[in-house]
Amino acid sequence: MKLHEYQAKQILHDVGLPVPQGEVTSSPEGVRAIAERLGRRVVIKAQVLMGGRGKAGGIQLANTPDEAEQIVRNLLGKRLISPQNPQGMVVEKVLVEEAIDIAKEFYIGITVDRTSQRNALMVSQYGGMDIEEVAATHPDAIATVDIDPCIGLTDYKAREVLYAAGFDSALIRPLAPILHGLYRAYLACDANLAEINPCALTTDGQLMVADAKMTIDDNALFRQKRLAAYREESAEDPIEAEAQQRGVAYVRLGGNIGIIGNGAGLVMCTVDEVARAGGKPANFLDIGGGAKAEQVRQAVEIVLMDPNVKGLLFNIFGGITRGDEVAQGILDALQTMDIRIPIVVRLAGTHAEEGLALLRGTPLIPAETMQEAARRIVSLVQASAT
Amino acid sequence: MAILVNANSKVLVQGITGREGEFHTRQMLEYGTKVVAGVTPGKGGQQILGVPVYDTVKQAVAETGANVSCIFVPAPFAPDAILEAADAGIEVIVCITEGIPVQDMIRVVNYLKRCTQSRLIGPNCPGITTAGECKVGIMPGNLFRKGNIGLVSRSGTLTYEIVHELTRAGFGQSTCVGIGGDPIIGTTFMDVLPMFEADPQTEAIVLVGEIGGSDEEIAAEYIKHHMTKPVIGFISGRTAPPGKRMGHAGAIISGGKGSAQSKVQALSEAGVPIADTPAEIPQLVRARLRSCLG
Repeated sequence: MKLHEYQAKQILHDVGLPVPQGEVTSSPEGVRAIAERLGRRVVIKAQVLMGGRGKAGGIQLANTPDEAEQIVRNLLGKRLISPQNPQGMVVEKVLVEEAIDIAKEFYIGITVDRTSQRNALMVSQYGGMDIEEVAATHPDAIATVDIDPCIGLTDYKAREVLYAAGFDSALIRPLAPILHGLYRAYLACDANLAEINPCALTTDGQLMVADAKMTIDDNALFRQKRLAAYREESAEDPIEAEAQQRGVAYVRLGGNIGIIGNGAGLVMCTVDEVARAGGKPANFLDIGGGAKAEQVRQAVEIVLMDPNVKGLLFNIFGGITRGDEVAQGILDALQTMDIRIPIVVRLAGTHAEEGLALLRGTPLIPAETMQEAARRIVSLVQASAT
Repeated sequence: MAILVNANSKVLVQGITGREGEFHTRQMLEYGTKVVAGVTPGKGGQQILGVPVYDTVKQAVAETGANVSCIFVPAPFAPDAILEAADAGIEVIVCITEGIPVQDMIRVVNYLKRCTQSRLIGPNCPGITTAGECKVGIMPGNLFRKGNIGLVSRSGTLTYEIVHELTRAGFGQSTCVGIGGDPIIGTTFMDVLPMFEADPQTEAIVLVGEIGGSDEEIAAEYIKHHMTKPVIGFISGRTAPPGKRMGHAGAIISGGKGSAQSKVQALSEAGVPIADTPAEIPQLVRARLRSCLG
């Protein structure tokens, strides 16, 4: 789950890091009030979860409260589009902050390093741009250390990584507490990514969190109640948001063949198989292990929220999941919804025979293998399009 | 021979009194697995399916000599269950539980490596099956036939699919290891490949990877330099878009890393034939075994 800038900044402020004064709002009047309170030049930042926000016009300076209000009137409800996010996102909230005069921009980030199986801290004097871009253009400009989870981030490691990235000696002492604070916040929130980018050095020599990004581990939301409340704001697609709310692993893929299966690897493979058969997958949906009929019915409901879906493919290889439960769920869906598209069902493994028996005499089309099922649904959807 | 578990393994089930725990204990017993003990704190002294239940893993190990543990404990408590098993001296810990926070697993995996001799498989995995001898976890036992193919996979149900294809084509299996779909796992491809290389029963290995991370690329490097037995690969998620988590917590292409293309390329360069679909795997196995014999 990605957090908005204002949410991440609040968290970093709470652990004692220097964050510019500011507030978030969703009304032009609110912006005026905040700008008046701040009593100086302000920066207005659209709170959208997309890259390239600045170039898309989502960050603007205002000299007066009047100007701030005017800018936000134009910005709210507008769809920002960037090369990273061609579909764009609509601005619903803005962060209004005191403008700071930046002399230099740095990068500080922590993320899970799967290879070392630890958290890795990265710093660079090249801040303000995408760290992947820095990695591609100036690989030597990024210094990394991994953090021993049993010891935590030690002072010497913090110094070491800053020296390795070539930071000026005078900056080591003030930067180290920012590294420590970021790591504290990262752990406390069960993040798997936390970035200060840029960490600004102002013209009067202060360090400031000019922009911040955090991604929270979805698996830890059960113990991050405060953050779990941000969840609905984080989904980019309305169907994905609905699926998230119901606890269903769904990813929209943009085609016209709905795909439902059990187990992430098998569903991914089924998606590949449909594409290989010349079809266009509409989604990835994993009903998980041991799904009951009601969960299967809900899965059908979610997939069919996408009006582009012209055919549905079930691929179930039962381990904990039982074929007869799945079959019952599909039949329940047929009863409660008006479904007029072809549905191909492939059942194997636990209780597959019982499941197939339930499907006999219904409009559902059985298939023996995943390949056959994929070919079948692709040809049925193509035939219905002509 | 096979690897990790065999007919002599004494299996302990943590979370045996839960719905999943009990269901799969029954299946393991039916397969012939020696399930010698169960652990659920507060339920010591009970019997489940004839298996004695203990309050702690230490007690269970002392009384029964269990050396393999299978964990069905819910995610908030599973990291503690893994540590308890390790501290009680369990050799192979199989954690089936899905949804453990990644920061918990970082602490657990680092502790296990440094302070214990235990090998952790998973979490978020289907377990290990040594065909005809011992099944630890949730794989459907009826799919397996004893034979010479070793299988190591990041997926659960996709593994069943592939085992099914292998068995149908007449290829039995030595051991199938589901290493799990999380970003931080106790055992990676790199750990399992040398075990198969050293196992006299295993003649060829099927490696099933997916998008996310770089374990397949690291495995490719190892295969190139150290494996003499043939390895056949499959990678799922070839059409997955970047930045989207495809079900498994670990299945995400991020920061330009972890694409299926990169994995297919690395493995191909290491001489590993890659199947385009699971149905193709048996014929690739046949071809590689034949060329090894010839």
